[in-house]
Amino acid sequence: MMKYSKKVMQEFLHPKNLGEIKNADGIGKVGNPICGDIMEVYIKVKDNKISDIKFKTFGCAAAIATSSMITQLAKKKTTKDAKKISINDVAKSLRGLPSLKMHCSALATDALKLAIKDYENKKKKADR
Amino acid sequence: MKFVYLDNAATTKIDSRVLKAMLPYFEKDYGNASSQHLIGQNAKNALEKSRKIIAKSISAKTNEIIFTSGGTESNNLALKGLFFENYPEKNHIITTKIEHDSILNTCKWLEKKGAKITYLNVNKEGFMNYKELEKSITNKTFLVTIIHGNNEIGVIQDIEKIGKICKEKGVLFHVDSCQSFTKVPLNVNKQNLDLVTLNSHKIHGPKGVGALYIRKGIKINALIHGGGHEKALRSGTENIPGIVGFAKAVKIAKKRDVKKMEILRNKFIKELLKIPNVNLNGPMKNRLCNNINISFNNIEGEAIGGYLESFGICTSTGSACMSHSLETSHVLKALGFSPLRANSSLRISLSKFTTEKEINYVINKIPKLVNKLRKISPLEGGKW
Repeated sequence: MMKYSKKVMQEFLHPKNLGEIKNADGIGKVGNPICGDIMEVYIKVKDNKISDIKFKTFGCAAAIATSSMITQLAKKKTTKDAKKISINDVAKSLRGLPSLKMHCSALATDALKLAIKDYENKKKKADR
Repeated sequence: MKFVYLDNAATTKIDSRVLKAMLPYFEKDYGNASSQHLIGQNAKNALEKSRKIIAKSISAKTNEIIFTSGGTESNNLALKGLFFENYPEKNHIITTKIEHDSILNTCKWLEKKGAKITYLNVNKEGFMNYKELEKSITNKTFLVTIIHGNNEIGVIQDIEKIGKICKEKGVLFHVDSCQSFTKVPLNVNKQNLDLVTLNSHKIHGPKGVGALYIRKGIKINALIHGGGHEKALRSGTENIPGIVGFAKAVKIAKKRDVKKMEILRNKFIKELLKIPNVNLNGPMKNRLCNNINISFNNIEGEAIGGYLESFGICTSTGSACMSHSLETSHVLKALGFSPLRANSSLRISLSKFTTEKEINYVINKIPKLVNKLRKISPLEGGKW
């Protein structure tokens, strides 16, 4: 194992918000099955706020920990604010990530952004 | 159970008998083996006695063993030392795609110096093709270098067969035996081995010591110059405590330990294969007695390794996320496996100290952890 912070280990061994949401309002899928990590984020939105969020991840300890962390950071936030969650915010909440593993954090923020975009696109279509 | 060490292909615990044999050479006979006084000569005697033990273990002559700092140095000395001796008349080396980094990266470096390297393919189980080897040998070839027992997937190559081919074609044959030494029979005469890399810390000896067998009459350049130690092939005051420990480790290695590891490993593999959607990487037969490499599909190797570590179980993984470079294992890639299968791999390596109780403890944990991680995995259900 690489040297991780206690917080990373805690989130890796006991991740929060894992699984899928049936009838999700938005889904974000990132990663590449040919190389490396894969992440899926599911959101439910109510009054512009993320009322529920879940994830599924194929990846290392850091990938699982960042997924778990981003779902906690995004929950109850407005979609507008959730989009602003940065790579550094996730790493900071995990009390740091090894520099080699920062890309895991990027994957998590990308997946969340895609899920919100998916929700917005669906909403636009419905409003039309 | 607090701690189960199953990463013996990385390194092993020192045997207490080895440690005991070493201690006098730190405190009592700490002399320099080149010194003429008594404690120097005591050290010299210990050095030569150790050389004899190691030579005998591979049916070599005592003066054909050169002590080094370990497997990496021995591999470097063999390849670079022979290259600089033979270049430019001959510049071609044949090796495989599943060598240890100390061979592959030395080859890559030598390519920049004018060497031509052929990297032989292996089949799905990791065995090389002997016909392909034969066809690759040209009049520019001076060396074939092959890993005997593979450090990741445990596959054992038929070095007697390779030795025969090399002898017939008149090229030198170097074997990297870091993982196989004392586990698989090595006989430099019967197997036609010209150079053999040996090391100590994989067999319950100390770290920082190894050896290179060089058949008498082979011309080779030194890499380290100085006071002319080790027939001027490796200058530097000899690491007597380390060398004594190395010899002791060789002396106490027993066939029955190999048998014991093999039985435990077979039981372990059998239990692991009961878990759905797993693949054993490497062959069932002709495999190092202490090696298991298994892919728990749809889970990253580091994730399962990390979960096991939380229960005090130390293993290793060939997954991209573990290495310094974040690159998938070149060995699993060479077997033709998908990156997903390669990244899902876990290496479990036993030692003579591994107990059945420890194995049962681990076998009991793995299926639950695999289940938990598969519940998180987006790959379950075949959507990707």
